[in-house]
Amino acid sequence: MTTIQEAPPQQGSALSDSLVVTWRNLKRIPRIPELAIFAILQSVMFVLLFAFVFGGAIPLPGGGNYREFLMPGIFAQTLAFAAATTAIGMTDDMAKGLVDRFRSLPMSRSAFLTGRTVSDVVYNLGILVVLMLSGLAVGWRVHEGVGRFFAGVGLTLLFAYAMSWVGVWLGMLVPTVEVAQQVAFTAIFPLTFLSNAFVPLPSLPGWLQPVADWNPVSAITGALRELWGNPNPFATSSFPSEHPIVMTLIWTAVFVAIFAPLGVRRYRATSR
Amino acid sequence: MSAVAGRTPPAIIAEGLTKIYKSRSGEVRALDGLDLVVDEGTVLALLGPNGAGKTTTVRILATLLRPDSGRASVLGYDVVNDAQRLRRVIGLSGQYAAVDENLTGRENLWMFGRLYQIDSPTSRARAGELLEQFDLSDAGDRPVKTYSGGMRRRLDLASALIGHPRLLFLDEPTTGLDPRSRIGMWEVIRKLVREGSTLLLTTQYLEEADALANTIAVVDAGKIIARGTADELKSTVGGERVEVVVHDPAQLGTALEVVSRCCMAEAKVDEHTRRLTAPAAGGAQQLVAVIRALDDAGIAIDDVGLRRPTLDDVFLTLTGHAAEMDAPDTNTDASIDVPAAAGRTA
Repeated sequence: MTTIQEAPPQQGSALSDSLVVTWRNLKRIPRIPELAIFAILQSVMFVLLFAFVFGGAIPLPGGGNYREFLMPGIFAQTLAFAAATTAIGMTDDMAKGLVDRFRSLPMSRSAFLTGRTVSDVVYNLGILVVLMLSGLAVGWRVHEGVGRFFAGVGLTLLFAYAMSWVGVWLGMLVPTVEVAQQVAFTAIFPLTFLSNAFVPLPSLPGWLQPVADWNPVSAITGALRELWGNPNPFATSSFPSEHPIVMTLIWTAVFVAIFAPLGVRRYRATSR
Repeated sequence: MSAVAGRTPPAIIAEGLTKIYKSRSGEVRALDGLDLVVDEGTVLALLGPNGAGKTTTVRILATLLRPDSGRASVLGYDVVNDAQRLRRVIGLSGQYAAVDENLTGRENLWMFGRLYQIDSPTSRARAGELLEQFDLSDAGDRPVKTYSGGMRRRLDLASALIGHPRLLFLDEPTTGLDPRSRIGMWEVIRKLVREGSTLLLTTQYLEEADALANTIAVVDAGKIIARGTADELKSTVGGERVEVVVHDPAQLGTALEVVSRCCMAEAKVDEHTRRLTAPAAGGAQQLVAVIRALDDAGIAIDDVGLRRPTLDDVFLTLTGHAAEMDAPDTNTDASIDVPAAAGRTA
């Protein structure tokens, strides 16, 4: 008892606190396996729907295998939904009073949020692996070697990490898990469909092309196609179309730079 | 209270705390200049209905919320400027049982211990100790979602104790619990009190405040409106009273005369419920006298009993308005079967 009273009043260690929170979030996955199972089923369903139902109706300019074109889009879409996963987890912790408990502890102020985003990246990596396996099954291949394959995986996770910070902020803004779900889906569905994830950009009406062009989902999708040698029909000779990797890095940095401080500020001030 | 305060400084000092919540429909003044002093080693109960400002007070003192004005210090630390230092020496157990449902009891305690900056082996040992102490050893390795409401509350309280806090906040520790779990919780809290913890608890139940606290502070509309022991508060409303429900409304008039004569005070009548209430200075003897007199007068009764003052009575006397809580006011015996009024407190 005395040791605790006499301990120097330092801040909690950000690293070890974040690890504890990450551990806590990851423990949840095997304890509620339904969550991961349905997240995976949902993504696999998208693969099958687009590969077998829509695929035939969507011609690629300049030819190319639609399924090879599709898979990076599916990865991008799934990872964009990382924001929803994070938002729902955040809102759930708020509603159950756990955020209050954590805020009353002498721990690092940012650790709760860092732990949340890091564990969601690990979770998303698991889903990505399963998706890649189902992609391989429908004929998707990587053509540019191991180095560029892992570069693509890394970029995908970076993007997911940035999206998680959006989710952290969003999750604290809304009152219930149901609302979090609604808001996240309402925001992310147009984000993924108004992109080159499922259709080649030239097939969009002219006025919509710049929007889709600058869409972060288009950036990550284009980057993956470029890294892995999958078909990547350019819409325009615009900057984002020609530099999808740089664009992904920029978007990632912008998202983290905006939403991490916003999230931490909201977490400190939250009064629910 | 200042007699003890002469030697050791008070554990809690709050002065003029104000908190206003803004919402779409306007402003809610949750705290309106609340002052509070709690001495180290004592138990203070904040007693009041939903929305009185109890939870807001606890949240400010536990560093979760900043006051809009006023200042407060807990164990010598300013709740705003020294928040991080303060968090090391307090424990908070809220009304929602804020533990992780997907972790086991043991994992929850270990995690909270780590976040109190206790090293892993010590935290693990402490978790085992607390599970033992709170009668959760058998359930310690089961996920919390399999726990009953009472077990969750005990785990929540254990989580608050993991860092050996010098001061403990308990926000409505028994709200929503069934009577048996409530008594179990009381025993746990009493044990903490015997060990000399300083405790600030909030409750909607006078019985609970009476059972656990040295001092009760009655909160209404964001202010402390009375402070004293349970007996002192009850005496402000005149102690026990006799309550009679007359069977035939036509006999209410006669019954009123009989009861008033018997109790030597004007009885109050509620015609709608055919209920008469009168002070019973003589306790049980008085009850017997009233029953005998009513029987002699040939008045049929549906119900009769001695009633101890409830929070509602205290409130009615102190504020002139009812406490507006869900608890029915027909507790003829003043035992602990307070109905579980689940609900959030602002």
